[in-house]
Amino acid sequence: MTHTETAPQGAVEAPTWEPRIVGFLCYWCSYTGADGAGSARIKYTPNVDIVKVMCSGRIDPELVTMAFSRGADGVLVLGCHPGDCHYINGNHKTMVRMPLLRRILEDFGIEPQRFRHDWVSAAEGEKFSRLVTEMTEQIRALGPLDWPKRMRDLGVGHGAGLGPWGEDHR
Amino acid sequence: MSTNGKLKIGMYWAASCGGCDISLLEIGARILDLTQIADVALWPCAADFKYKDVAAYPDGYLDVCFYNGSVRNSEQEELARLLRKKSKTLVAYGACACDGGIPALANFKSPKSIFQAVYHDNPSLDNPAGVEPQPETPSPFGTLRLPIFYPAVLRLREIVDVDYELPGCPPQADRVWETIQAVVSGAVPPRNNGLRVGCTGKTVCEDCPLEKRLVKISGFRRHHEFRPEPGWCFLEQGLLCMGPATRGGCGALCIKGGLPCEGCYGPAAAVEDQGAAMSGALGGLLDASTEERAQELVSQISDPSGRFYRFTTAAGMMKVHGQGGQS
Repeated sequence: MTHTETAPQGAVEAPTWEPRIVGFLCYWCSYTGADGAGSARIKYTPNVDIVKVMCSGRIDPELVTMAFSRGADGVLVLGCHPGDCHYINGNHKTMVRMPLLRRILEDFGIEPQRFRHDWVSAAEGEKFSRLVTEMTEQIRALGPLDWPKRMRDLGVGHGAGLGPWGEDHR
Repeated sequence: MSTNGKLKIGMYWAASCGGCDISLLEIGARILDLTQIADVALWPCAADFKYKDVAAYPDGYLDVCFYNGSVRNSEQEELARLLRKKSKTLVAYGACACDGGIPALANFKSPKSIFQAVYHDNPSLDNPAGVEPQPETPSPFGTLRLPIFYPAVLRLREIVDVDYELPGCPPQADRVWETIQAVVSGAVPPRNNGLRVGCTGKTVCEDCPLEKRLVKISGFRRHHEFRPEPGWCFLEQGLLCMGPATRGGCGALCIKGGLPCEGCYGPAAAVEDQGAAMSGALGGLLDASTEERAQELVSQISDPSGRFYRFTTAAGMMKVHGQGGQS
């Protein structure tokens, strides 16, 4: 892919903020589609960090909330079109989970533009690049989310600094 | 341990309903065994100790301190820090201390809107002057002080190191007794970084006696709308049950009583975000083969956030509303 390295938020020599999007892409369709976008030299904004998973049905909603809580400005979930799943019905689970998660994220005050769920086939590099570019511009207009800062301001974790279930993350 | 050779125990009550204090009494006659080996050194609900008495204890004076309730204001934080200092073992007792509990549902709202509802909009109010509680009020006798209301409800481990966490709303009596025995007999190490005790490593479904017929959910209904068939999985009948995303330990108590699980034992082992886990679980259980059908089924669930995070808003990944403090 022609995907270029984004400057992480807060890095040296990067005084201007750039949206940082975590993209969960299924291996069989969407990742191949993204790869196709690269091979075809279609331009798109370099703001998405792609996580390749075997199936969109593998994307636990907790991965999405985790991405937001650790500082992502947006999360993009892409899978095979319904009916095209390599594992027959993995994406049927996705199409229940993501709308449900969207309702939850809205209750937490996360703007709908920050969370996007769509289908991209292996042949849809064009669609992939359009989605990423669109989402980047929408999030740029919204500004940074920066959940970790919000947690620090509220005093979350200012005492123990414990991770989940007693794991010490200090 | 003090001069009389007895253990010193404490039970503190922060942002919670008081049910945890009652649940400690639910161990029944075994409370007499407990008093044989231990003296109560702090229990605001049952005994008259002042905070200054606690402050006067030497550090580590309390062998075990149970802290129930979440942290909503500065008084509760102060006591959390004080009790951490004065206790050898600090146990977060109950869903509120472990995961935020019911009070943490307020994290979906900003402090401003909470005050608006509680002191201005509530229909049973008589507050023509629009008075709100102030942290400091001058009076002829000096300045009167109230604890400061925090912008969010926090669980205990956000404030201090917690040795053990005993979940449940409230924790079940047998689990409480087992935990007391384990801590008192030294069967568990004195400090263990927030280890969950008094619960199993599996979900409530593991203990559930109801039959699974492996049918997919074809629509959601609520309890007042129909009479569920006895002996059949609530979820399969379209009644939202938090069993698949909730840690076991209660012995499926509510389900045996004819009600679906509400999720009070918190997320299952190795899961942090109970609401996300429930969304994940439902993904595989719904009878949805088209996107439209999936949307329709999802829209039938009323208030997913409030129900999936009923006891764990302060423990999930997001924890608070993104605009809290402003909106």
